[in-house]
Amino acid sequence: MKRRVVVTGMGAITPIGSGKEAFWNALKEGKSGIGPITHFDASEYATQIAGEVNDFDFEQYIGKKEMKRMDRFTHFAVAAAKMAVEDAKLNVEEIDANLFGVILGCGIGGIGTLEKEHEKLLNKGPRRVSPFLIPMMISNIGSGYVSMQLGAKGPNTTVVTACASATNAIGDAFHAIQRGDANVMATGGSEASITPTGIAGFCTMKAMSTRNDSPQTASRPFDVDRDGFVMGEGGGILILEELEHAKKRGAHIYAEVAGFGMSADAYHITSPAPGGEGGARAISAALRSAGIKPEQVDYYNAHGTSTPYNDKFETMAVKSVFGDHAYNLVINSTKSMTGHLLGAAGAVEAIACVMSCYEDFVHPTINIENQDPELDLDYVPNVGKAKVVNYAVSNSLGFGGHNATVVIKKFVD
Amino acid sequence: MTFDKVKAIIIDQLGLDADREILPTTSLVKDLEADSLDAVEIIMAIEDDFDVEIPDESAEGFQNIGDICAFVDANK
Repeated sequence: MKRRVVVTGMGAITPIGSGKEAFWNALKEGKSGIGPITHFDASEYATQIAGEVNDFDFEQYIGKKEMKRMDRFTHFAVAAAKMAVEDAKLNVEEIDANLFGVILGCGIGGIGTLEKEHEKLLNKGPRRVSPFLIPMMISNIGSGYVSMQLGAKGPNTTVVTACASATNAIGDAFHAIQRGDANVMATGGSEASITPTGIAGFCTMKAMSTRNDSPQTASRPFDVDRDGFVMGEGGGILILEELEHAKKRGAHIYAEVAGFGMSADAYHITSPAPGGEGGARAISAALRSAGIKPEQVDYYNAHGTSTPYNDKFETMAVKSVFGDHAYNLVINSTKSMTGHLLGAAGAVEAIACVMSCYEDFVHPTINIENQDPELDLDYVPNVGKAKVVNYAVSNSLGFGGHNATVVIKKFVD
Repeated sequence: MTFDKVKAIIIDQLGLDADREILPTTSLVKDLEADSLDAVEIIMAIEDDFDVEIPDESAEGFQNIGDICAFVDANK
């Protein structure tokens, strides 16, 4: 008999709000978190907008000394993890810490720290490179610090699959509990790549929107005038727990993780496989893992990056998996409001799915001013709506052709 | 004053309270819970601020903050 895995806590730090309540309320209201880049002078850049987190007090969660020893992506991971543990009312002293693990996703790691130290290397020589450079920049250090700060001595890894990282992490955490390697897992992802080099690289790829004069409408998935994604930053953490373990300690249960699937495009480093066929295979694998038919799905949270290719191919993928039922689905893109949080995207999108199952409400895709005529599904344009959500599917696709899909289910005992 | 500047650097690097007691006899590792990486970074910050070179062999011999200050005063 398979062990069941439920969600008992969530934490989020995002461009539209921090804390599970503020984040979810902002999503329901259709609030945009995109604005001009302030983290550095972007006036020479083609893209001058991003979804920054500018209003969060990390020192509620992280001491001054630790803050200096962490890259910003780790700040997001640790603070969101502590929020999630609080939300779950989880007391590490009262559980078996050896069966409490951490699996996080991160696409790029400490690029901001690497840039600063590289500048010191060039200007002052190798002896001036901080001894903290390596432990600050490696992508796994977020998981490492979270385990230290929470006392979580169970399975601990970081998953790196670019923009699919957090969804992959959630899948691995789900499996760890199913297998019995853990009873509780902190999972999700974080990313902080709004830096000179990070933005420059994505700019020259021409992957990002250059709608600098109207930041809040730049991320416009499924709209005919979409011109690329908008980068975001932040972190999202979910506490996954084995069902009996959760019930025994009287935990509040938000939803259940029902299944997970993955696939590889094996096609191109950045462009998705034509027709979204790779993504379609990951969705099908996830539905099989959950033991459900396509017609049972109510809500599909899209990867929805607002690039010309993604939104088109993803729609084709949805149609190929769901057939006519695609027209009964509600589909949205969280990225229309938060921007693309890269290694954290899958986490905040999973949180949206959990809350949708919990409250029977789906948030809008904002900025659909002229829906692309080729894309004729219900993307919940501009205004969120009440809908009974028994099964939600969240899909994430990463550079390198990584496709990952998680199925969230309304919890029924 | 060398001691005051060094004290300020240590407080900043270790994220200590501004009024933390730091004396010439204070040891970074034993009294202030600095680890080996902290110690290296503190020495680097002192090298930068005072424009002085502190070779590894000398740094390894420092028992307390007084020793650091004495080296800086002798070599700046």
